[in-house]
Amino acid sequence: MVALLPALGLLGGALQVGPVHLGADPVRTLIHECGIWTLRLLWLTLLITPLRELTGLNDLLRLRRMLGLFAFFYALLHMAAWVWLDQGLDGAVIVSEVIKRPYLALGMTAVLLMVPLAVTSTNAMMRRLRKRWLVLHRLIYVIALLGIWHFWWQVKKDIREPLVYALLLALLLGYRLVKAAAIRRAKARSALATARGKTAAPAP
Amino acid sequence: MSRPYGPHILPSDITPEAVFMDRRRVLAQGLAAGALLGAATPLTALAADAAATDRYKAPRNARYSVTDTPNSYEEITGYNNFYEFGTDKSDPAANARNFKPTPWTVTVDGECEVKGSFALEDLLSPQTLEERVYRMRCVEAWSMVIPWVGFPLAELLKRYKPTSKAKYVAFTTLNDAKQMPGQRERVLDWPYVEGLRIDEAMHPLTLLAVGVYGKVLPNQSGAPLRLVVPWKYGFKGIKSIVRISFVEQQPRTSWSHAAPNEYGFYANVNPAVDHPRWSQASERHIGGGLLAKRQATLPFNGYGAEVASLYQGMDLRRFF
Repeated sequence: MVALLPALGLLGGALQVGPVHLGADPVRTLIHECGIWTLRLLWLTLLITPLRELTGLNDLLRLRRMLGLFAFFYALLHMAAWVWLDQGLDGAVIVSEVIKRPYLALGMTAVLLMVPLAVTSTNAMMRRLRKRWLVLHRLIYVIALLGIWHFWWQVKKDIREPLVYALLLALLLGYRLVKAAAIRRAKARSALATARGKTAAPAP
Repeated sequence: MSRPYGPHILPSDITPEAVFMDRRRVLAQGLAAGALLGAATPLTALAADAAATDRYKAPRNARYSVTDTPNSYEEITGYNNFYEFGTDKSDPAANARNFKPTPWTVTVDGECEVKGSFALEDLLSPQTLEERVYRMRCVEAWSMVIPWVGFPLAELLKRYKPTSKAKYVAFTTLNDAKQMPGQRERVLDWPYVEGLRIDEAMHPLTLLAVGVYGKVLPNQSGAPLRLVVPWKYGFKGIKSIVRISFVEQQPRTSWSHAAPNEYGFYANVNPAVDHPRWSQASERHIGGGLLAKRQATLPFNGYGAEVASLYQGMDLRRFF
């Protein structure tokens, strides 16, 4: 629910009520803020697993779906603000812009990839898809990478802000890579041990 | 790093100018009294500045002014790019408060007969100020209309008698990270350098501005002296100028050096040549609100009748 506050703030700013002001270029502010909140919530979604494993707080898992869905919500707002407020729903211009500007194509792809994840986020879908659900939801890694790439590519010169997000993402993904490598090594070791055990058995 | 929602100032929070000035006068009197007692001398200078705030009320030059409604003083001075004070468009207004535009010296050198370092007052004293309402188009595809106060650059340049070798004019911004916190990060290769071909520099539209809305240029807008070239993208309008050099070769200008495929030396407003990452065909006019439609960008920002002849026979796709 806390994740709704930025959206409410921005809505207040748009209607010119409440504490948030969108500044001289409100369209740009709306687009930028919704985009940033998409990344923040996506990163928080990715933080759940490491945090749960490191703290043993299994209840955290219940937060993950909400965070992911809110990331999708802000991504939709971000895209809608661009399509409607900035481009004025001009279909021809929008299509040509997305084709001509790689960073727009990246962003658009990321939002489209979020759709199947949002659709299959219910308990029923989880049960129905079983193993395949896990595979499908690995798309989140691709989406996060597209998201940071999209952000990086549209800054003019000062890359410090996207750099911070990129480093945080590197930590979140790096944790998983290290863990996967550790599991692989452990498996290999136990396989080796069983193999040794077998050859050792028929000796004397 | 980014300041999300701009300054949290309501129009109703802003002190009416009369009250503000009155308060300053009272303050000045108090300070003058203080100064007599040998205290607070730097603050009296501040009070003197305040008294001079309206110094630049000048008659409007209608020949060179557009009839569009100017943006508000708050929009013009609260939303702009001046990377020396940070890369967010609200940073200059927030970070330029401690900048000291007085005293100020400008060095004129290179291919000219009269050279040297000149106090700003001496540089300005022979010039007649006028107001010009110009369109401003940022390379980021937003635009404003701004009532500058200044004088044609050509009038100043002629006083220094450029020689036949002066093919370009290069301008340099102050380089002082103590006063300009944005310079602590190497976002650009400081100091900021801009330049014009000599015929562009001598064009009657090219302005050196010292004020906006009849007031002394605020620090965040490039005090005390800045360039305004209305048919070019805003980044050509170099701010807080400390050096003007007549040169034979095209100067290495900051943005075209930082990203040569994205920003050219000429940087003429051109809807037909896109920035590699965004379209230049249209622009968002600041102040239109949330539901305003983008407006079409005009070749040479609408100043084609006056300046297109400067570029006759040039491939403007190549020399963007």
